[in-house]
This record gives sequence, C-alpha cells and structure tokens, in this order.
Amino acid sequence: MKGNFIDNLPKIYGIYTGGFIGFIIIMAIAEQMGMTAKTIGIAFVAFTVFIYALIGYLSRTAQADAYYVAGRQVPTVFNGMATAADWMSGASFVAMAGGIYFKGYGYMALLVGWTGGYVLVASLLAPYLRKFGCYTVPDFIGTRYGGNLARFSAVVVLTVASFTYVTAQINATGTIASVALDIPFQYAVYVGLISILLCSMLGGMRGVTWTQVAQYIVLIIAYLLPVFWISNKMGAGFFPHFMLADEVARIGELEQQFGFVKNAAADLKTVPKGLAGITKAHSAVNATPWAFISLALAMMMGTASLPHVMMRYFTTPSVKAARKSVGWSLFFIFLLYSSAPMLATLSKLSLIDPNLPTGIIGKTFAEVEAIDWYQNWNQANLMFISDFNGNGTLELNEFFMGGKAVVLATPEIAGLPYVISGLVAAGGMAAAMSTADGLILAIANAISHDVYYKIIDPKAETAKRLLVARVLLVIIGFAGATIAAMEIQGILGSVIWAFDFAMSGLFFPLVLGVWWKRANRQGAIAGMLGGLIAGAWYLVWVRTGGSGFLGITQLTFGIFGSAVSLVLMVIVSLMTAEPDKATQKMVDDVRVPSGKSILGKSH
Amino acid sequence: MSNQQKHWEKTRGLLFITLAIWFVFSIGIFLFGAEMNEVTGPFGYPWTYWFTCQGSLGAFVILIFWFANRQEKIDEEFGFSEREDE
Repeated sequence: MKGNFIDNLPKIYGIYTGGFIGFIIIMAIAEQMGMTAKTIGIAFVAFTVFIYALIGYLSRTAQADAYYVAGRQVPTVFNGMATAADWMSGASFVAMAGGIYFKGYGYMALLVGWTGGYVLVASLLAPYLRKFGCYTVPDFIGTRYGGNLARFSAVVVLTVASFTYVTAQINATGTIASVALDIPFQYAVYVGLISILLCSMLGGMRGVTWTQVAQYIVLIIAYLLPVFWISNKMGAGFFPHFMLADEVARIGELEQQFGFVKNAAADLKTVPKGLAGITKAHSAVNATPWAFISLALAMMMGTASLPHVMMRYFTTPSVKAARKSVGWSLFFIFLLYSSAPMLATLSKLSLIDPNLPTGIIGKTFAEVEAIDWYQNWNQANLMFISDFNGNGTLELNEFFMGGKAVVLATPEIAGLPYVISGLVAAGGMAAAMSTADGLILAIANAISHDVYYKIIDPKAETAKRLLVARVLLVIIGFAGATIAAMEIQGILGSVIWAFDFAMSGLFFPLVLGVWWKRANRQGAIAGMLGGLIAGAWYLVWVRTGGSGFLGITQLTFGIFGSAVSLVLMVIVSLMTAEPDKATQKMVDDVRVPSGKSILGKSH
Repeated sequence: MSNQQKHWEKTRGLLFITLAIWFVFSIGIFLFGAEMNEVTGPFGYPWTYWFTCQGSLGAFVILIFWFANRQEKIDEEFGFSEREDE
C-alpha cells in the first residue's frame, strides 16, 4: 500500500471489516458442515483476540507522545469509533437490553444519561483540554491550578473512579472467556487480562486506539446483525427502530391480559439468585420525574468527568477535530444504544406472545421443559420456570430469566444459527476488552506521568518513563483481575458508582478550570478532595442503612458529592488570593483554538 | 472590548443556547413523562417512550454537530481558528 498509515486507514479498516464478515460466513458454512457449537465459540473469541493482539504489536512505540496521546494524529471519525468502543463496556453490550427488558422506563434513564453527557463533553471540556495539550486529565489540573497537591488529588479521584470501573470490565471479560472457551472463571479472568494487556502494553495509547477501532467494528456488527435478523424473521419489521410500535402496543395488551401477579415471598425464594420475572409494564412511565432525572443527570455529569473518555480527545489533530469527534463518538454509540430497547422488545414479545411459535407463556410445563433452548439456558442458570399455582400452565409470573439472557439467548430462541451466538460472544468480549484497556491505560498513565515523572523524578529519560508506565500497566491490570476474580460486586452497580465518584471529585474542578478564571489552587483541592469524601461518605451511609435525603440513592450519590465540591470550590477560591497573571493568561489562551498549546509537544 | 473578549462572549452565548437545548431533551421532557406518554408520537410509539429510546439520543447527536459548526464560525469570525499546519 502506498502513502502513510493515516491516509490508508479507511482502506485498512475496510479490508478488516470485509475479512471479519468473511470469517462469519466461513463459520456459518462450517456450522452447516457439522462443526460443533463449542468449536465455533472458541474460534470466534480466539480469532478476534488474535487480531487485536496483532494490531497491538504493530503499534508498538518508544516515543512519549505516541505512547500517551497516539501522536495526536487520529482522524475525527476513527477517534469517534475508538471512543465508542472505549465507552461501551461489557455492561452496555450484555446487560443494557436486559435492564430495559426488566425495568423499563426507570432503567432507560441510563440511555439518556450515557448519551446526553457527550453534549457536556463537547461544549464544556473536550476542545479546551485538547488545546491545553495535556497527556492526562491530572496533567490539566496540575498545570492549570499549579502545585503537586492539586495534581495528586486529581490522580486520587481518577484512580478511585477508574479502578471501580475496571474491575467490572475484567469481570465481564472473564465471564465471556469462561463461557466461550469453557474454562473456570478464576482462570478465564487472567486469560481476559492477558488479552487486554497485549493490546495496550507495547503501543500505549496508539495501540489502544487502533485496537479499539477494530473492536468497535466487531461489537457493532455483533449487536446489530441479530436485532435486524430477529426482527425480520419474526415479521416485526424490516427496520426495527422505526417499525416496532405495533409490537410495543402488543406487549402492553398482553400485560393487561396476563396481569402482573405478585408472587409470594416463599415462592420467590425458590428462584435461583440473579434471575427475575417481568413485573413492570414495558413502555409505561414507571418512575417519578426526579428518580428518572437524577439518575440521568448523575450519568451525564459523570460522563464529562471520566478520564478514560476525556483522554481520547487528546489524540485528535486539532481543537476543531476534537469537537467534531465528540459528535462522531455519540453517533457510533447511538447506533448501539437505540437498538437495545428494540432488542428488549423483540425478546420479550417472542417469549410471551402465545400467537408466536416461540412464545412459552400459556404452554404446559411439560412442553416448555422439552424445548432445547430452554434446557440449555436453564442449565446455564439464566432461565427458570416453576408452577407456583399448580395449574400445569406457565403464567407470566412463573417465568424467570437472567438479565444477560436477553442479549445472549434471544438469537437462539428466535431460531438463528449458532454462528450468531458465537458472534455475540466475540462482540461482548470486544466491548469489555476495549473499555478495560482504556481504563487501565488511564490509571497507569496518570500514575506514571503525573506522579512518577512530574512529582517524583522530573529528569527521567523517555525510555525510563515508558518502562515505568508499562510496569504500572501490568501491576494495575493484575490488581484489577485479582479483585475481579473475587466477584464481590455486580457489573452494573460498580459501573454506575464509577460515574458518581468521577463527578463528585472532578466535574467542577475541570469545568471551572476553563470557565471560571477566578478558580484557584486552594479551591480546586478543596473541591476535589471534599467532593470525593462527601460522595464516598454518602454511599457508605446509604449502604449501611442510612435513609438518604432528597431522593438521592446509592446510584446517584454523585449529585451530593458534586454539590459539595461546587460549594467548597467557590467558597475557598473566593476566600483565597486570585490566580496569578500567568495563570489567567493561560486560561485566556486555552479559550481560543489558535496559537500554540499550553504544554509542549513532548513534556 | 478586545477581540478576544468579544470572541469569548459569543462563545459563552453559544454555550448557554447549547445547554438550554440539552436541558430540554435530557431533563425538561421527563418532567412531564407520565402525561406525554399518553400521546402517540413518531412511528406510532408513545411519546416519552420514544424519547428515551431514540428521540433524545438522536437530538444529542445533532446538537453536538450543530454546536461544533457554530463554534467554528465564531472562531473564524474573530480570526482564532487554527491554521492547517499547526
């Protein structure tokens, strides 16, 4: 191929996408020829992980700006894809449709929150931080406010938030690897970790960027193909997003017909842990305005404070490109998020509508127990039926399912070939790996650049800095995997907490750093540490039986934390001296796109 | 007022408009979620349900691109846009 790598990107990823589709077709043919389901699953995961590792190896680098910010030459659209992969985690891929399936409207606040936050990213922060020319988010805090304590406080908040998040991602990688490769979870976690490190260790941000683009392509194909296929197969509509209104209405009708019968507590005890029944109306408004809005707001402000997302916009060639790139990121995220409710609708209707061949409600227990897919998913502990009222017929309240089953089992229920299930496993793996990569890199970079290089040893050579960065990457990865292997927390809960931690400590110090010239070092330190401590205290208080106030729950504690952060930051800033002339000039320079960046190309 | 101050004033004005639109789609309509869901909206979905599935999400995508274009125009107007070689 002629020309340089960047110019050839569309061609390279075009060939890659074609190759991946070719691989799916080969697997489909192999399935027809008698390849077993297990072999197909292994082939999908092994093949895609091998490709990512290859990209990671080809992106190896010994330069600081390539390692930290991919040389600042990632084109707008490709950075959008990489950010979308960085953003959409195992939780988005595997758990989101399930959450919508069971909890409906109240849960969909997450859809609004996890997209609306990008408006804040684009308008308040990303272009200005790009102009600043920093390598990491604490790099901005440390330079804007000055002093090691401010820098260190930012590293602390970043580490708390990102580490909470990353254990959940390594957990998800391990879950998928253990199912697809058929090995115990405790080992699968480390298989997942090694795959993650292969992508990021040699090339840093450059390696992560190009693997994330590749992972986005896999995960979006793996999510959309089944949705369209199922919709067409059910005759629900050629383009499900615009054509499922009748199906949504039909679910409402069936819900009325069956009614939501409340199960006795003793009966519910017999249901395996983690499985749930349908207890809420599919499209009805089932949450108070504040419950919905507070969750959406917490997720939006958290989005704008999460360092692993923000640092993706440090890699664009210009300020202008950073702004546009946020739009592309959200567009690529939108493709998956707007499909999740459609998948939930299709999945629910295909299970509960007695008029459809796949519907099981109203069938006898003997009939349901004879279905192949029911046996498989019952064995995998993701489906369960029990004849509570003893009439021999399955009722709506007697059917239980795990949240993951919506994404993982629906293709099989709808009668799609197994090759699709293998594809979905590869997609889930891609989603979890790409997010884990971004997070581990964010933590390792903050510690290696901000703590080691800027605070401990400012004279360190590039080679030594990058060695430290890589060693930290491995240490943090293993620490995350070790905690993930203990399985102490659920995937979704800890993801939401990460957003709350990030917004508690970082939202206002970042935003006011650009938008309020008067903000000074003392104010920022008070805001970061005060906000983080207040948020963490509220979480512990509510978890240990505290009543909470203003309807702020353990999922939205960031609202309290960030409010404390804002108040402290404003009061302390106003009580202490205003920033010096040089700092004020720096803020002025950040506010215009033209001219040199504040920090040099290599710093 | 210096050129840079004028530029910042316009930039801030754009921020407020952007945040106002953002507020409507992320918070405003969900204040009336229950009432709005009674009405049939685009493609036959109930209004609130449609906004949570697609409407608000799509509005954010369009809003960001609109914002980026407006901000570029402001930067050009005051001569603060980046040169290609930077």
